[in-house]
Amino acid sequence: MTKSSSSSTVIKAEKLNLDFETNDGVVHALRDLDLEIEAGEFVSFIGPSGCGKTTFLRVIADLETPTAGSIAVNGQTPDQARLARAYGYVFQAPALLSWRTINRNISLPLEIMGLSRAEQQERVERTINLVGLDGFGGKFPWQLSGGMQQRASIARALAFDADLMLMDEPFGALDEIVRDHLNEQVLQLWKKTGKTICFVTHSIPEAVYLSTKIVVMSPRPGRITDVITSDLPDDRPLDIRETPKFLEIAQRVREGLREGHADE
Amino acid sequence: MTETLKQKVLPVLTIVAAIGVIWYGFTVYLNAPWQIDQYEKSATEWSMNDLVRDTMAHDRPVLPAPHQVVVEIWKTTVQKKITSKRSLIYHSWITLSSTLLGFVMGTFTGMMLAIFIVENRAMDKSLMPWIITSQTVPILAIAPMIIVVLNAVGLSGLLPKALISTYLSFFPIAVGMVKGLRSPDPMLIDLMRTYNTSRWQLFFALRLPSSVPYLFTSMKIAIAISLVGAIVGELPTGAVAGLGARLLSGSYYGQTIQIWSALLTAATLAALLVIAVNIAAQITQRMMGVPK
Repeated sequence: MTKSSSSSTVIKAEKLNLDFETNDGVVHALRDLDLEIEAGEFVSFIGPSGCGKTTFLRVIADLETPTAGSIAVNGQTPDQARLARAYGYVFQAPALLSWRTINRNISLPLEIMGLSRAEQQERVERTINLVGLDGFGGKFPWQLSGGMQQRASIARALAFDADLMLMDEPFGALDEIVRDHLNEQVLQLWKKTGKTICFVTHSIPEAVYLSTKIVVMSPRPGRITDVITSDLPDDRPLDIRETPKFLEIAQRVREGLREGHADE
Repeated sequence: MTETLKQKVLPVLTIVAAIGVIWYGFTVYLNAPWQIDQYEKSATEWSMNDLVRDTMAHDRPVLPAPHQVVVEIWKTTVQKKITSKRSLIYHSWITLSSTLLGFVMGTFTGMMLAIFIVENRAMDKSLMPWIITSQTVPILAIAPMIIVVLNAVGLSGLLPKALISTYLSFFPIAVGMVKGLRSPDPMLIDLMRTYNTSRWQLFFALRLPSSVPYLFTSMKIAIAISLVGAIVGELPTGAVAGLGARLLSGSYYGQTIQIWSALLTAATLAALLVIAVNIAAQITQRMMGVPK
């Protein structure tokens, strides 16, 4: 699945470095990262904890500032891109405001953007339908299961209507069955909306199942060890995970991960 | 219904009964020496029964019996006109009005200080030490000075007393509110940052709602000490009116029953005020979707 027809670069990182000063000295969270992401791609970042996958996502979102190198989001600096509200961000936890109903949580970014009431309502209805939460808009977050809460937070990021979605291990805390279900939904969403998605995960099947491109990373210092372009077909039923093609890609990811660990 | 009776009313009544028993015990014990003295002076034969009966009927006991206090409260509330200088309701209202005014001003001051402290680093460094210092000064020592100084500039009556309540009650509000305004999860702050929120949008959409539970907890403390402040403020005014005045005049004339009835009234008033804040808290939190 390559939407190269509109081949424009959404994210371009060159020699990107990020060091954290800690009490135990300098931690190289990102070391000489080079990466390009095209519009419409579904890119997974996979690697053990400490490999900088979340940090890289946060750099794109302008939540962290790189120490050296350059990064462009839509041809702008991350700061400009954030001010232009170029991306929707989905965190590891649902991060819903407990005192707002689901509807009002989804409309939060829209209120901040200053959209009209009617526009807000239209977008809330549309996105709540996209994630399959119709009828739950009036509920408070605690009345929903963990999976539904995370779907609400995806709806909130979608309501933003940015072309880029940054998802930081959004399903990490959910059980296998819910996770499978949400993976299918995310894939459908991506096909329906044609957005560019950056997806952080530590699950190999999840990465292979979802992505058009898999970025394998390794820790200390955080760096990219392999970039795998997946040639799985567009249409991906869950049992595609049993096919030789799928297993072959998964094997390559596994090797990439092992390679990163070898020099410890 | 029977369940709430069992779970709520019964425990309370048990404690009240226990306090009653202990109180009666101490009444007999503390008043006995003087009573025995009287018996001996008048060379009366006395039994244990006489002692128990007589120790509970003193005019100026060391410790009045609960029923004496209840009778006194009954006499000075139900059986007196509200406008009477001897009516406890009249005195309670005087104290209550300055308590409420002081509480409202204290809550407002505390919230404003907290907002300044959270939104401004320099304020954080410079204000907080003074706020803490302010509470290390014994209120009994400065209350008379506040009253006298304000009197000298022509302020008397309700406001000076309310200011003492304000002085006490702003503190828990400020401290609780600072904690509340800083309580949002860093993830939620990041989330708001991705929306490119302005400082005030962040404040009203995230910080302020997050601080509400902290605010109400602080308000429960603040309303109770506002009452203490109002009573303390009534002491140096020459015991004109209010529960503090009743306490003071009671102690001038050794009227222990009057002191205790004023004390019990103050305690009841404090309990009612805290309950009122609690109800307001529950209504607000229900509106903010907190599960029952």
